[in-house]
Amino acid sequence: MARSFAEFGNALYTGEKSFNFIGRRKVWYLIAAVMIVISVLGPVLRGGFTFGIEFTGGSQFQIHMPAGQERNQDIAVDAVTSVLPGAAPRVSLVGQTDIRVQTEQLEDTQSRNLHSALAKAYGVDESEVTASYIGALWGQDITRQALIGLGVFILFAALVMALYFRTWKMSLSAMLALFHDLIITAGIYGLTGFEITPAAVIGFLTILGYSLYDTVVVFDKIRENTSEGELTERRTFGEAVNLAVNQTLVRSINTSVVALLPVASILFIGAFVLGAGTLRDIALALFIGILVGAYSTIFIAAPTYVLLRQKEPKIVKHDARVLKVREREAGESDDAAGDADADSEDAEADADEAVV
Amino acid sequence: MASPPAVKRARRSLIALLVIIVALIGVIGIGVVRGDATWTPKLALDLEGGTQIILAPQNTNGQAVTREQLQQAVAIIRQRVDASGVSEAEIGTQGTQNISVSIPEKADSATIDRIEASAKLDFRPVLVTGDGTSAMPPAEDADPNAPIDPSPLPTTAYDNAWLTDGLMAKFAAFTCTGDAVAGLSEAPEDRPLITCDSEAPIKYILGPVELGGDSITDAKAQLTQGQNGVTTGEWAVQMTLDANGTKVFGQISQRMFGATSPLDQFAFVLDGQVLQAPRMQAQILDGRPSITGNFTQDSAKVLADQLKFGALPIGFVVQSQEDISATLGSSQLQAGLLAGLIGLLLVVIYSLFQYRALGSLTIASLAIAAILTYLVLTFLSWRQGYRLSLAGVAGVIVAVGITADSFIVYFERIRDSLRDGLSLERSVERGWKQAIRTVLASDGINFLAAAILYILAVGSVRGFAFTLGITTIIDVLVVTLFTHPMMALLARTRFYSGGHRFSGLDPERLGAVYRGRAQFRAPVVASRGAAKKNLGAAKEAERRQTIAERKAAATAGAASTGKES
Repeated sequence: MARSFAEFGNALYTGEKSFNFIGRRKVWYLIAAVMIVISVLGPVLRGGFTFGIEFTGGSQFQIHMPAGQERNQDIAVDAVTSVLPGAAPRVSLVGQTDIRVQTEQLEDTQSRNLHSALAKAYGVDESEVTASYIGALWGQDITRQALIGLGVFILFAALVMALYFRTWKMSLSAMLALFHDLIITAGIYGLTGFEITPAAVIGFLTILGYSLYDTVVVFDKIRENTSEGELTERRTFGEAVNLAVNQTLVRSINTSVVALLPVASILFIGAFVLGAGTLRDIALALFIGILVGAYSTIFIAAPTYVLLRQKEPKIVKHDARVLKVREREAGESDDAAGDADADSEDAEADADEAVV
Repeated sequence: MASPPAVKRARRSLIALLVIIVALIGVIGIGVVRGDATWTPKLALDLEGGTQIILAPQNTNGQAVTREQLQQAVAIIRQRVDASGVSEAEIGTQGTQNISVSIPEKADSATIDRIEASAKLDFRPVLVTGDGTSAMPPAEDADPNAPIDPSPLPTTAYDNAWLTDGLMAKFAAFTCTGDAVAGLSEAPEDRPLITCDSEAPIKYILGPVELGGDSITDAKAQLTQGQNGVTTGEWAVQMTLDANGTKVFGQISQRMFGATSPLDQFAFVLDGQVLQAPRMQAQILDGRPSITGNFTQDSAKVLADQLKFGALPIGFVVQSQEDISATLGSSQLQAGLLAGLIGLLLVVIYSLFQYRALGSLTIASLAIAAILTYLVLTFLSWRQGYRLSLAGVAGVIVAVGITADSFIVYFERIRDSLRDGLSLERSVERGWKQAIRTVLASDGINFLAAAILYILAVGSVRGFAFTLGITTIIDVLVVTLFTHPMMALLARTRFYSGGHRFSGLDPERLGAVYRGRAQFRAPVVASRGAAKKNLGAAKEAERRQTIAERKAAATAGAASTGKES
């Protein structure tokens, strides 16, 4: 298996084996369009996103117990889930004798039921349980500042990428792929009904960095393959980009697997062993985001870059010349089949260049 | 035998890395010995719990606090808490009238002061000063019922007519105790105030408020500069006032400059207590007064923060202050760490599977990255008040992917060079040149995200940005100071340079056209039936064309010979 994987990398490098990522871009765009429509419509049909109490505020119960009584947080969690199935309350011990339980905003009857359930669970009188409500811990000011930060970051990142790659078209392609990733990741939250908590938002922000990071790695190879000296008469611009994507494919797969393994184990343990909670929230965003981020670099960013560039007069001229050369060679090879093997020529030519 | 330059460079890098690690351990060790550092990173509120403080805001004009004011108070308290580090406090409203502030660990008194320190900041002129430790017995002829307010009320804040017998008697009886100054934050603005210095045992009679703290637009601690522009090494607090503040302060400074003591003193009153009562040493008409006098860097910064964030017309009363446990049970952290370990184990297995013996270099590099991350987080939780939250733990685990990617990019570049037929040593050098460019570019983008979010965001987003920035820098450090030097050294061993089957760098398996030292072998592709491959390659090339290109080719073909079909 490993042997075949290394050979697979080899075949991708020489171009012996090649996936047509660029040519089939209409298929990828169609898939992306469908995914985005589902990501936008799905949550709307389901009734919007579920925000955690950190965003919405909620109800708070404080249970006062006689000094010395053992305070088990799990009892409170059980009491809450008996009244509100699937809820993820925040339970903490306060001072020496109190337990604080925070839940989503409750209606009056729910609140009364929970009130008595909590009193009963801890064996205290109902008058020892006080109910109040709490405002959002994640206030408007945090959201506002985070959005300003995001806006500034996207502008700067676009500018830095445009300067580094010396073309704004790579920048734009990377940004489109980024938005694709964010919309789909957010859509999955809406579809599954997982709560959007601060942990999930942190997850989104991580994805933002990761998605661009992954795109920069692949684009760097594209830049190399399509630079002045490298873009020879053997390949059209689109083919050169496609070769770069194929050459970095082994890296993309390896990186995604390595990044996903720890996240997947957090997600698995978070979701199936612990149930709702911070770990599950953040791991889901990361899992989807890393997967979609690696996918979009190959299937969205690279084809979009070709789409943006291929109408440039220089590229059109280059491609026409490549096709003409190819046609002539095809004519010659009719007479002497097997005489000139394109791939071995490639490899030898590369080796010559490198040795010199 | 002299070592080749590549080996020397590699050794230098490894030594540099060792120095960094030893220095971090040393600095933390000194901190531990002195008793203010620990060997583990401190944990955030969600994992370790801390202190919950319930504050009741009180409007200075006696009116009920509005919803907007409450929100504003929350924002300002969050700024204050953030100003003391990246501790990810939780601040929110509770009920209609209270603010709940939860901070990690036991709150020290400085932190609580900073939070509750209230928010009402005023400028008042100093009228009388006295020794705050002792009360004078009232004079024999004093009338205990003498009115405190003069009649008629003076029109200026600095009029001596404010100093009635009643006020002077009260001043004489006043001593500076905690209780005496506790209720002063709600003192009326249009009357004199008897109060104390917040540090020195001095009591004052201050005139009515001349300027509100909300006229301060900025305040920062900086070193003062002499006339030649060279720093004098003395710390000062530089304030910037708004337009109205500039005008009013200009008038005050003209009056006070050169007046007899204590009438040349000007008091900053926060929460009813005098923060500072500096002497006016110039006429300040540009709205940029600067306060000097025996500041250290820390005390200047504290005063600057108090002045900057003090401009909220609300006072706070601490309702309760209690320990609070972690919001996430310890099961969450244990499960998170367990999941992280399982994940890392899977990464190790996958690396060995993919890169054979070379995988051990990945694992060693990740181990170095883990050690560095741990030390840096420990160091920062000591020096910067950093706290590791569960989200932070998850962030660090994701960083494994980004760090490992640098090695993967590097290894794949080396393999590419091997495929081109270079020797291993030259492949390592060429692969490194190409890989470091990519690593720096992609890490640069990540670091940009971290820096911008850190500067602009507040609360837990800021904490996240901090973690992201640290792990990105560590990634670059590890790949340049460990992975590459180790690779350069390993490339000289027989196991790797000979292309051992299990080295992960076996040229034969990688399909190199010539291997080792000028030992050619037949091109891989040609050996497998060139004719068939040729056909395949031509077809592949055709398939790789875009639809537009294919159409163009078809048209061109039809026009000439019609060979394409």
